[in-house]
Amino acid sequence: MSGEIVVEAHPLDGLLRADRLPHIWCPGCGLGSTMACLANAMVDSPVPINQHVVVSGIGCSGRVAGYLKVDSFHTTHGRAIPFATGMKLANPDLHVTVFSGDGDLFAIGGNHFIHAARRNIDLNVICVNNFNYGMTGGQAGPTTPTGARSTTTPQGNAEPAFNLPHLAASLGAVFVARWTSLHVRQLEVAMRRAMEKEGFTFIEVLSPCPVGFGKSNDIGEGLDEMWMYRKNCEIDPGVDLSRAGIDMKHESTIALGNFVDIERPVFRPAGGER
Amino acid sequence: MAVATAERVLTGQHFMNGDTACAEGALAAGCSFFAGYPITPSTEIAERLARRLPEIGGCYVQMEDELGSMAAVLGASWAGAKAMSATSGPGFTLMMENIGLGVMTETPCVVVDVQRGGPSTGLPTLVSQADVMQAKWGSHGDFEPIAYSPSSPQEMFDLTIKAFNAAERFRTPVFVLADEVVGHMTERVTIPAPGEIETVDRKRPSKPPNDGWLPYAAGRDLVPAMPRAGDGYNIHVTGLTHDERGYPTNDAQVHDKLVRRLSRKVLARSSEICEFEKLYTDDADIVVIAYGATARAARQAVLAARERGIRAGMFRMITLWPFPRGVVKELTNTVKRFVVAEMNLGQVAREVERYTRRPVSWVTHAGGAMFAPEPVLRSIMETAS
Repeated sequence: MSGEIVVEAHPLDGLLRADRLPHIWCPGCGLGSTMACLANAMVDSPVPINQHVVVSGIGCSGRVAGYLKVDSFHTTHGRAIPFATGMKLANPDLHVTVFSGDGDLFAIGGNHFIHAARRNIDLNVICVNNFNYGMTGGQAGPTTPTGARSTTTPQGNAEPAFNLPHLAASLGAVFVARWTSLHVRQLEVAMRRAMEKEGFTFIEVLSPCPVGFGKSNDIGEGLDEMWMYRKNCEIDPGVDLSRAGIDMKHESTIALGNFVDIERPVFRPAGGER
Repeated sequence: MAVATAERVLTGQHFMNGDTACAEGALAAGCSFFAGYPITPSTEIAERLARRLPEIGGCYVQMEDELGSMAAVLGASWAGAKAMSATSGPGFTLMMENIGLGVMTETPCVVVDVQRGGPSTGLPTLVSQADVMQAKWGSHGDFEPIAYSPSSPQEMFDLTIKAFNAAERFRTPVFVLADEVVGHMTERVTIPAPGEIETVDRKRPSKPPNDGWLPYAAGRDLVPAMPRAGDGYNIHVTGLTHDERGYPTNDAQVHDKLVRRLSRKVLARSSEICEFEKLYTDDADIVVIAYGATARAARQAVLAARERGIRAGMFRMITLWPFPRGVVKELTNTVKRFVVAEMNLGQVAREVERYTRRPVSWVTHAGGAMFAPEPVLRSIMETAS
């Protein structure tokens, strides 16, 4: 046992439901580090921790709500945003973060995303994009790149994929960013900025899913995908978002950055100041 | 919150349509949040609340569909609001998903379904009562719903209040299963003074937050106390099967215990929840069972039968769920036949047959027009002879 490092405490212990650990995520998954970024951002935000609420949908990313020791809601598939909308409108003092996955937020929940962004509901939406449905075993979804292999696209995906920052920006989101689970410092800064903003914010977080996506698409293990992010990502906040789609090919660049940071009137229900 | 610029309770006599009375009943019950999507024949409820809720400091939001409406209602309820939606069959279908989440997470709220002809788009502007079994079985899994069936605009007001009270008491979504005729009918509605209206608020945790508190541990009433988001209890709320901590589990024993408690908390109190009206049932040979708009025709038929010397009576169901099985069994001891009149193809009639050995005559119509008394009277006379 010599050389074993015993860690008695972690700075985020107070924000985690330690009695629920270990978590369900696979080795190499980026969800753990992304959740840690959110926890750090919540601790650092000026909002008291009791006023923070996390709402998730269904899927691997949807389990984040269950590990964070704040009021947390694990809702139905695709409905995290409307659930959060009702909660925020009924109590505007709450600081509501929606944390979910690409399939949940953009396939089954896509309609809610576009309308909440259009209304400019004061919510922070964080989407962990791993390019597939991980929890159900690696099926293709709306962010699966064209040609990519999955358990439901064995010959290669015939569909084009969503370009999420371009979509969010076109809807008027007041803050739009893309980072990866490798870029934890920048991601945490972006989350803090999103929490400062009033209105609908969106952060896409690219994350390896070695079991569901990496291995079947010539990327490999989680660490290999992290190397790919390191090699291929270019921080370019001024990029033309219409050209910032992702194909996850070894020679292609991935644009990262805080792309949009604007002001727009926030949704207020009729009846004046709330 | 916004400053109230109008009265929440419009005490006095009104000439009001049923949908409007429903909206006023919601306000009198303490509703402060409505999320919905326009759909005939319930739209007047949304329109009334779009005007009235901001006046009293509440919130109206029109969502992109009924999936989102129901989700928003649950989110608002967890923020502490008494929350509701109103819809009709096609929207009720979409709401089933998050009605199930409301059952599983024990979230008080009210859903008004002003029934129209189905299946599918059916008869958008015309009456039916064909969503009775959808209210019972529409969302997957086992649960025992509570559903009220108003027969008049006055009951649209009164029963919407009772629906909120039941939702708060039992921590579950509660339905007002209205129909197009009652929703669009205009009659006198009496709204009492606020002090004369009984309202119920959900039970809140009696102790401040601490690490040992179990959010889904229930006492003898089987209903756990409910904190609000932001109260500091760090609750986890999930549609997954959960233990008393609120944590997800795959344990079959925990699942069975949870689902049984969700059902028992309603069924154990069904005699307190069930409401009905009996007319001439004491000496009746033939009892007509009816509800909602159809009960108005059934009443005329029973009165006409009495004029003809036939010992007919009426059992009007004011709550449809939990089903009043005890009353049907009791009537079986004295009644020779039942007539069930309803605007569907026998949804309550089949349920009555489960609890009686007596013959049950079905007077059914799929909907589209208000029931006339005559077919009910003919059935009474056939069974009397």
